Amino acid sequence: MLQITEGSLAVADAVGKCRPQVIAAYPITPQTHIVEALAEMVANCTIDAEYITVESEFSALSACLGASAAGSRVYSATTSQGLALMFEVCFNCAGMRLPVVMTIANRAMGAPLSIWNDQQDSISLRDSGWLQFYAEDNQEATDLHYLAYRVSEDHNILLPSFVCFDGFILSHTYEPVDILSQEEADRYLPRFRPFQRLDADDPISFGLFAAPDYYMEFRYEIDQAAKKALSVFPKAGREFAELFGRDYSGLVESYRMEDADCALVAMGSLCGTVKDAIDDLRDAGRKVGLLKIRTFRPFPAEEVKKALSGVSRVAVLDKNISLGSKGAVALEVKDALYGSQIPVHDYIIGLGGRDVQKKDIARVVTLAEEGRGDLYYGLREEVLK
Amino acid sequence: MALGTGCTARPGKSRNNRTGSWRVFKPAFIHERCTSCGMCRIVCPEGCIGENEEGLPVPDYDYCKGCGLCAEECPSEAIEMKKEEK
Amino acid sequence: MNDKAACGLFDSGHRACGGCGAAMAARLMLDAAGKDTIIVSSTGCMEVFSTPYPETAWKVPWIHSLFENNSAVASGIVAALAKQGRKERVVAIGGDGATFDIGILCLSGAFERGHDFTYICYDNEAYMNTGIQRSGATPYDASTTTSPAGSCSFGNKRPKKDLPLILAAHGAPYVATASIAYPPDFKKKVEKAINTPGPCYIQVHAPCCTGWGFEGEKTIAIGKLAIETGLWVNYEMENGVVTKVKKVVRKPVEDYLVEQKRFRHLFKPKKNETEIAKIQALADRNAEKFGIDIKLKK
Repeated sequence: MLQITEGSLAVADAVGKCRPQVIAAYPITPQTHIVEALAEMVANCTIDAEYITVESEFSALSACLGASAAGSRVYSATTSQGLALMFEVCFNCAGMRLPVVMTIANRAMGAPLSIWNDQQDSISLRDSGWLQFYAEDNQEATDLHYLAYRVSEDHNILLPSFVCFDGFILSHTYEPVDILSQEEADRYLPRFRPFQRLDADDPISFGLFAAPDYYMEFRYEIDQAAKKALSVFPKAGREFAELFGRDYSGLVESYRMEDADCALVAMGSLCGTVKDAIDDLRDAGRKVGLLKIRTFRPFPAEEVKKALSGVSRVAVLDKNISLGSKGAVALEVKDALYGSQIPVHDYIIGLGGRDVQKKDIARVVTLAEEGRGDLYYGLREEVLK
Repeated sequence: MALGTGCTARPGKSRNNRTGSWRVFKPAFIHERCTSCGMCRIVCPEGCIGENEEGLPVPDYDYCKGCGLCAEECPSEAIEMKKEEK
Repeated sequence: MNDKAACGLFDSGHRACGGCGAAMAARLMLDAAGKDTIIVSSTGCMEVFSTPYPETAWKVPWIHSLFENNSAVASGIVAALAKQGRKERVVAIGGDGATFDIGILCLSGAFERGHDFTYICYDNEAYMNTGIQRSGATPYDASTTTSPAGSCSFGNKRPKKDLPLILAAHGAPYVATASIAYPPDFKKKVEKAINTPGPCYIQVHAPCCTGWGFEGEKTIAIGKLAIETGLWVNYEMENGVVTKVKKVVRKPVEDYLVEQKRFRHLFKPKKNETEIAKIQALADRNAEKFGIDIKLKK
């Protein structure tokens, strides 16, 4: 059913329909509307969940970890500083192979303190073993939650997922979103069947320590599982498309790439702006396309390589910076294209919520054509002196 | 998966580790003096003192670390620690 | 040999030091709690000596996540069990480091929210697993590797944090202290805590031969001396009110201190009467506060 709704509320609705048994969350801008909406659902018995008002994000994810190990489907949401506080638990969750799903309303990392959007937070956890999905708009943000539970809970995967959507830009904007009914949701997402759980009738010890003669093999198994998602995710996406018509089976998506000269690469809401910019640029005769990355972890290197094989240059828009090095997406793209002669230009853009408009995209394309890349786009003059 | 997924294990494997090899002193149980109070079984940190049909303590020397707590706490002096000849 | 009867729910073959107080605590706790218990362990001695992959000594469901979050993990488990309509009880267990210090955030949160679980702190009075470093539970003047006695230090400068009182202030319905030196008393308290709805706390004194410097066979004797000198008080608190206290015929604190290497600097090279008097004053204060002295008829 189509509704004009705030991104956060659409996400909360989807999460509720996924039937989590335990929700543990700590409020942080710009995620608050999600957790508030879920609390209201619990208070009115529209969803049947235990809602734990934890005393920190660290405890939020720890509580989810425990509840998941005990065999319940769980949910949390956070961003930025909160996600950073969960750092230790994130690695723990993935290592213990618990299929927690968590929404990240992407926000910049402090210092300096910022409540506005970029993707540094989730990207900084790219080593953790969590799968990462990035939404272009609120429809996708909503639908990706169903997919995330499906993929995470698959017994061949058993890894937690981040569903990332840009804070404020998506979370606090109103867009038309097709909301699934509970019956539709149940058709796509079955009840949670844990692979193993804490159970007095079949006692298991969870979370042993691994000495040097075993540790590496556990990390290898996690990595293998993450890479299995490269096939499990598209399958889950196809099944969603068959039922509801919206196709998220692509780990990447190409927009007007067929004869593109310059390919822009982006994740998240930027893709919407880029598509509009491309339409304008195409009208003016410039051959530009977009490669949208939907899954950042596992990174779809093969798909990226294939999609970019015919272009003359690549311009990566990075809403993050690995300080002391480059933008994270550009580094992955360069690795995917290793061995080819295609130049890859990195543009650090939109950090801390700085607005990115169509004209900025056009300017980036020009810079790429001039061979000028690996720069921060649009810095104030004071720092450039 | 070849390993316990997520680093898990089912009960029983700790018994592969025969901690009796740690021992320097070995407790000798003198049943004639024993009153079957059960104190040795309660205090043993290894849980390796069982009991026979008469209710008398029977140690499992595969796991006894020779800590001496049983001998120290026995109210009847029915346990003596002796240096083990290896 | 009936090994099930011997080792109960905590299997032999674990790697605790011979004479370990914490190992005793684990066995006694499980004896009292029974098989329908989910144990949530913090990182520490008990966790490390019982679960080196692929070995585990636990015969009940058991989970270890991180050093400081067992109370939060337990909160999640309690919520999940409630939603699933299951009967298992949840017992979180951690050392004093995990409980008093790094885990205090999660502990406070869990108790404030009032989850139905039991938290047992095995108190060996330092970060033992990492090599005997000072914690908020380390007693005054104890020498540890991060509060060592030296030419200008008498060891740990602070008294023990009163964590039982802090948790009683959170509204915990049942808070108790216990000692592995009195096993039946500890087991009774575990049973009571598990069967009292709401968040309950037991702090069990677990003398550590390796960390405190005494022979493993003396673990119980040392535990008794701690109580007999008044430096450790066994008591129960119900809804914030002390209801039961173990009374003793008090011995001077010296009897306890002289037995342990961690207090040796108070006796060698020469006896430090001033510091021992300060420790005696702590014991005297405990005695008065809890009324532990048995009044002998003259």
